[in-house]
Amino acid sequence: MDLTVLWFILVAVLFAGFFFLEGFDYGVGILLPFLGKSDGERRAIINSIGPFWDGNEVWMLTAGGAMFAAFPHWYATLFSGFYLALFLILVALILRGVAFEFRSKDERRTWRNFWDWMLFLGSLLPALLWGVAMANLIRGVPIDARMQYAGSFFDLLSPYTLLGGLTSLLLFTLQGALFLALKTGDELPQRARQAGLKIGTGTVAALLLLLIMSYRETDIFTRMVPGIAAWGALVALLLAWWLLSSRSYGGAFILNGLAILLGTAALFGGLFPRVMVSSLNPQWSLTIYQASSSPYTLKVMTIVAFTLVPVVLLYQGWTYWVFRQRVKARDLEY
Amino acid sequence: MDALLLARWQFGITSVYHFLFVPLTLGLSVLVAIMETIYVRTGDETYKNMARFWGRLFLINFAMGVVTGIVQEFHFGMNWSEYSRFVGDIFGAPLAVEALAAFFLESTFLGLWLFGWDKLPKTLHAACIWLVAFGTNLSAFWILVANSFMQEPVGYVLRNGRAEMTDFFALLTNPHVLYQFPHTVLAGFVTAAFFVMGISAYHLLRQSQLEPFRRSFRLALIMGVISSLLVAAVGHFQGQYLVSAQPMKMAAAEALWESAAPAPLALAALVDERTQTNTFEIKIPALASFLAYNSFQGEVKGLKDLQAAAEASYGPGSYIPPVAPVFWSFRLMVVAGLWLILLSLYSLYLWRRRRLEEKPLVLKALLWSIPVPYLANTAGWLMAEIGRYPWIVYGLQRVEAAVSPGVSAAAILTTLVAFTLLYGVLAVADVYLLAKYARQGVETTPATRMLDNSGEVSLWI
Repeated sequence: MDLTVLWFILVAVLFAGFFFLEGFDYGVGILLPFLGKSDGERRAIINSIGPFWDGNEVWMLTAGGAMFAAFPHWYATLFSGFYLALFLILVALILRGVAFEFRSKDERRTWRNFWDWMLFLGSLLPALLWGVAMANLIRGVPIDARMQYAGSFFDLLSPYTLLGGLTSLLLFTLQGALFLALKTGDELPQRARQAGLKIGTGTVAALLLLLIMSYRETDIFTRMVPGIAAWGALVALLLAWWLLSSRSYGGAFILNGLAILLGTAALFGGLFPRVMVSSLNPQWSLTIYQASSSPYTLKVMTIVAFTLVPVVLLYQGWTYWVFRQRVKARDLEY
Repeated sequence: MDALLLARWQFGITSVYHFLFVPLTLGLSVLVAIMETIYVRTGDETYKNMARFWGRLFLINFAMGVVTGIVQEFHFGMNWSEYSRFVGDIFGAPLAVEALAAFFLESTFLGLWLFGWDKLPKTLHAACIWLVAFGTNLSAFWILVANSFMQEPVGYVLRNGRAEMTDFFALLTNPHVLYQFPHTVLAGFVTAAFFVMGISAYHLLRQSQLEPFRRSFRLALIMGVISSLLVAAVGHFQGQYLVSAQPMKMAAAEALWESAAPAPLALAALVDERTQTNTFEIKIPALASFLAYNSFQGEVKGLKDLQAAAEASYGPGSYIPPVAPVFWSFRLMVVAGLWLILLSLYSLYLWRRRRLEEKPLVLKALLWSIPVPYLANTAGWLMAEIGRYPWIVYGLQRVEAAVSPGVSAAAILTTLVAFTLLYGVLAVADVYLLAKYARQGVETTPATRMLDNSGEVSLWI
């Protein structure tokens, strides 16, 4: 296969892995203040993702790094173009990351509440903004003939892209609820289930509306595969909701995860072979071929990726195995 | 202020801030790993408590390093898009490898270490912190490979309007990184050693928890003596190398305007960049030549000659970096380094004669020297990066050609102010927590105490 195509797929896979993994830990952060009624419960909720969240976040860093290495023009146009949106994501991730470590290190109630609030906000903003960013990617943004973004922050906000953000926010929050139902103990799974059922209803509505609007706002359905993936995501989501209502948490988690993966596949499949769609002139859209690195660099990176990614998957998978037990408030030490 | 200047300030502030947390991570991970290994081999619980205590401080620091590091990766695309286009073919690769090889390793195994005390067998648990230590130091290597390309481009060809990689192996064996990597990592070990010695000295002064802090002090002392001597030695050879590789940077570091054979070393100078002279100097004859060539002969090129040579190769323009900041940050780094060497050697002398604990003044000096490595680290980077000016990639791209054309000055100003304020607040919280836990000491084990307030917690304070 053409290495340029391979790397487009790899970047898509890294984003899919990022959304799949960090999706649930954003969701857990968002649900924290609502589901955790006592300090112990909140700590249990945080500890359910404690060993994982940092490793999950590296998927985002790796996706960004891979984009930089394999498609420098994509990285440059996207990151300078979506400037303030990415800035907000950065601020959120900073507050979120330190909140994990700082929260329990002081016993004042205001201190802990403050950092819980930061965890909530720091999870909510990226969950929303990544959806907005992805919707903009397929809808198209003002890219000029010199590969530069020629709009402002507010050009990124339209009913369609905000709906995209809402959908990702709901999908991730639902995934968080499903994760908590699986991984916590005592009363928390029941509470997570109740929350998941409510959020799930909203998620189905948002995703359905997003799919319908995508026919008008984007061209991703002109090919069959992205179309199948997109509608498949909705089917997976409906099944996840049904499994949740019949208390089959594991299956629900996997199927909602599948919905996230299929949604990402539809996105990148619809984008291909473009990486930035220009709303000013289709001729100015950036394709993988214009944006890519040299064949030599792609070759080096391919060797590196195919050596290291399997190892990473192995030890990350092992972590989930080590911490497979439910986290309960009464036996917390850290 | 224009976008370029703001973007430079932003990169400077966020990078210097990020690097306040990195060096401690590099060295302290190794010290914690050593402590836990001793615990595993001897079964002595004191070492386990030490590993947990220093591990807690490590974590508070590590969290800050991680979150400020994300900003660094996004920065290149956000503020320096034309730089990213120009060098992405080369620069992106080490960044991606850093994430893939090192970030995954350190974050995953830190999670295992932190939450795995009761879940993993002892040896495996100790292996986790070793992998964290390996991962953090490996990440330093990859990011310095990237930085070294900016200082000394190798393994590339100019094609398609950009620098394209022709030899990945040449990037990894860039002579620049072969000096820079050990220098940086050793500086990290020095930082961690003085951090541990300083906090241990505090407890020795108060005669509290003597056993764990004596042992901590001893381990850190060994690391401190070795690494502070080595970092200076490597730095010396690095300087000699830079005289030939980046003569402009070294001439600025010496505030040497005119070429001289042999060249004197200015201990202090009042630099007047406008008239290109030093209005006042204290200098030692021929010492700069000696430091550069190990001989009291030999010509060291001055800034004016180097400027003329640069104009001949790159066309008209100014190629002299801001001299005073480079000159003074070099001196600050060296003086700080010498102080750390003297202090660690003197502490070693007292320790060997078992008299250290009778010398409250030395213990206090150790405590108050915790910030000194931070000064040296920051000064070292300022010298390296300001000395690279006006180039962003040495000899290939100037900083003004690198900035994002589509990002307005207002946008950069907004983010600059926001980052600075946010970083300032977080620094206060970070130092507060570090001081709190450092003071508590080893014996008080539970890191987290639950608040007994079921039903009372509210999100909105």
